[in-house]
Amino acid sequence: MTSVESLFSELNPTADFVSLRYVEARNETVRVRNDVLEPLSDQLDVGAMITVAHAGGLGYAATSDVSASGLRQALERAQTWAERTAGRSVVDFSSIEMPTPSGEYRTDVRQSWDSVPLGDRIALLKQQCAALNLGDTIVDRTASLWNTATTTRYMDNRGGRYVQEQHMLVPYLEVVANKGTETQTRTLAGRGCCRQGGMEILDAIGFRDAAPTLAEEALQLLAAEQCPTGTMDLVLAPDQMMLQIHESIGHPLELDRILGDERNYAGTSFVTLDMFGSYQYGSDLLNVTFDPTRGEQLASFGFDDEGLPATREFIIKDGLLVRPLGAHTSQARAGMEGVANSRATSWNRPPIDRMANLNVEPGDQSLDDLIGSVERGVFMATNCSWSIDDSRNKFQFGCEYGRVIENGELGAVVRNPNYRGISATFWRALSGVGDESTFEVLGTPFCGKGEPNQVIKVGHASPTCKFSDIAIFGGAA
Amino acid sequence: MRSLFESTADHLTAQLSADEVLLLEFAGEGSDFVRFNGGKVRQAGHVDQAELWLDLIRGRRHAAGRVALSGQVDTDRARTLALLGRLRDALPHVPEDPHLLYSTDVTSSVREGADGLPSAGEITDDVLAAADGTDLVGILASGGIYRGFANSLGQRNWFGSHSFNLDWSLYHHGDKATKCGYAGETWDTALFADKMADARRQLSVVGRSAHKIEPGKYRVYLAPAALSEIVELLGWGGFGLKTQKTRRSPLLRAVEGECTLSPAVHLTENVADGLAPNFGAGGFLRPDQVQLFDGGQYKDSLVSPRSAQEYGVPTTGADAGEFPDSLDLAPGACARDAVLGELGTGIYVNNLWYLNYSDRPACRVTGMTRFATFWVENGEIVAPVDVMRFDETLYHVLGEGLVSLTEERDFLMSASTYDRRSTSSSRLPGALVNDFTFTL
Repeated sequence: MTSVESLFSELNPTADFVSLRYVEARNETVRVRNDVLEPLSDQLDVGAMITVAHAGGLGYAATSDVSASGLRQALERAQTWAERTAGRSVVDFSSIEMPTPSGEYRTDVRQSWDSVPLGDRIALLKQQCAALNLGDTIVDRTASLWNTATTTRYMDNRGGRYVQEQHMLVPYLEVVANKGTETQTRTLAGRGCCRQGGMEILDAIGFRDAAPTLAEEALQLLAAEQCPTGTMDLVLAPDQMMLQIHESIGHPLELDRILGDERNYAGTSFVTLDMFGSYQYGSDLLNVTFDPTRGEQLASFGFDDEGLPATREFIIKDGLLVRPLGAHTSQARAGMEGVANSRATSWNRPPIDRMANLNVEPGDQSLDDLIGSVERGVFMATNCSWSIDDSRNKFQFGCEYGRVIENGELGAVVRNPNYRGISATFWRALSGVGDESTFEVLGTPFCGKGEPNQVIKVGHASPTCKFSDIAIFGGAA
Repeated sequence: MRSLFESTADHLTAQLSADEVLLLEFAGEGSDFVRFNGGKVRQAGHVDQAELWLDLIRGRRHAAGRVALSGQVDTDRARTLALLGRLRDALPHVPEDPHLLYSTDVTSSVREGADGLPSAGEITDDVLAAADGTDLVGILASGGIYRGFANSLGQRNWFGSHSFNLDWSLYHHGDKATKCGYAGETWDTALFADKMADARRQLSVVGRSAHKIEPGKYRVYLAPAALSEIVELLGWGGFGLKTQKTRRSPLLRAVEGECTLSPAVHLTENVADGLAPNFGAGGFLRPDQVQLFDGGQYKDSLVSPRSAQEYGVPTTGADAGEFPDSLDLAPGACARDAVLGELGTGIYVNNLWYLNYSDRPACRVTGMTRFATFWVENGEIVAPVDVMRFDETLYHVLGEGLVSLTEERDFLMSASTYDRRSTSSSRLPGALVNDFTFTL
């Protein structure tokens, strides 16, 4: 038994339901900018949240004091809030039977962060930063690695227990080209090449070879024409599909948004409870899965933060909306099945419905097939601008890199490619889905939501996809 | 919290060798968070947290880290000494940092307000009573917020405040709602009741049938809360010296003198009248004011110690991101009660949402209207407007398109709670703007 389990046992809580979620997270960052090593960052975060459900109320208390006295005080505070909210909460929590998890989850790490000496990490980043330098027009260059190792221990007064060890790496390259007051930036998929695992991820994503191409593309963009304006076909690379999935499938299908919890902050949803099982979300080419079981993806886990075991589920099948992204409590409130997606950013925030890994399944078209089927359109890659309304419907997204497509062939590079649309109709315009050869496993470490606010890591894997008759445009004249 | 911080600082300083310098930053809070939905409680709880940042310096080599403090002396000594040891171990691998800069002028300070708050439970009782029969959604954050700086040269700075921030919406139906806020250091039940009564009255207008507008150019009034979204976005890379020198600032054309804003725009980072502590990164004290725009002309920038060293200019004590946190836009000449008449026929925008750059070099921004946005005809509010997307350069919105700013300004306390409760605030007027472009 670990020390925190012993301390939890000694608390001997008497409430209907009591859980403790202990989190220990170590974050290390190494960053080289313009060939100069930035200050190293080595962060250790430790704390625990105690949740009490009693007599229909629910309260939590979080503390970085994980001693016996600290946990005792947290328990008392959580009990006080549970008592105070009994009969005044959105749901009678005594009616919800909480899961009793049992098991372990560990990221598969082949080459650990610690096995690579600090000096070697610095040397690698200096090498990549230097490779981004293609002359005086390049005005800023960054290469960085951010490693996270998180241990979560969950226990409750019904005997539920799990432990999870997650290791994540966020590799990043960025290059800025400038002429006069025109500036263009290329990055390594935003920070999208983040995954669970160790330093072996660098080879899997081609980190060591990416810099010269990114720098060359930044220079091309600086010399490029503005993206054309018009209604035409749109081909999105996986590092833009990631954002499209996130904003216009993930968020609107989060059950807590549909239940109204987020209306004061992150927003509501154009999706309503009655649409599940009958609503055609996209064309029949659209298949979307919630998949926390894909080991290398950023938001994989064995259990969510309410204790539900992770399973892969279809969210949209052949375009039909099947089930929401709602976890145990939301499922009970809504009276429908969901997924294991109750997640908190750390020990100091309560779990809420999150999308975790949300992926578009591959189709059967090669990239040549997709491009070849476009008479007039634009290929866009790497998100750099995102905006969507609070119902997750009217969106406008921008990309770092674009190329016109004419008569089935990729043409000139264009700058400031943007497009806009409405979620409710956009996915029905999906007219081509790339095969496994176009499929990439990506994610983002920064998804904001919740009150109090939380930033969490999510994963999105996708093939390249084609959409027909989309409003496309460039930057200001 | 102050004794925890200072005793930890003293203990760590005592562990240093003669050639080492240590910089320490502290952030802590004891916060209650109560989340509401449908006029009831969704989640309620308490968070005690304390974080300490260490920057260990030997000559021009240094390494930084952060550790959570527990408040237990033995635990915290073990955690901080372990981190100090790891930073020491890293130093031989680290080259000299040409951009290292920290304050060597020892300037200590203490600023801590009294705790005049009722318990969060009592505030919650007031909220639930007032919310009876309404669809109230939102968040109450309440309690103490603490910041500190210390270095091994003997400098000690401490900031503490005890405040609440109730950020809520009243919904009528669908996405039709009115957005409200009440924040401060003393809770006034009667004042809160007045605010709720105002919100209930606004709901009667929000509940009218929506007026449909087509994409195009409209005359608009941007209320202070809407304008705050715009200046906050500008703060994201706009005012920092680093983004300007690396040519990425959305205000680059203004910095270079190619573009100007309206002569009515006098924008200041006004630390003296804000809520945030006046000590900043590296132990530097922040100037009371930094004039960002003066009469529409770009003037000064926010400068972190690193940028100051890299580019050879004085620092303003800005943090690494060089974000503002006390923006102050000077008032104009339009009385607020004359706004509807001045607007004539157009759109009254109380809130904007989810802004982002659609063309950063052109400072072109897209975003949404949200909450109570109204169609106005001949100076009278007619009906709410369904959410609309805009896409417009801010050189127009705050430049040739700006008709006037209001005489009255709102003081807006940030409700942000990412990682920790924010101490940011802004003081802004409303803005009347011509030819504001809606696209979807």
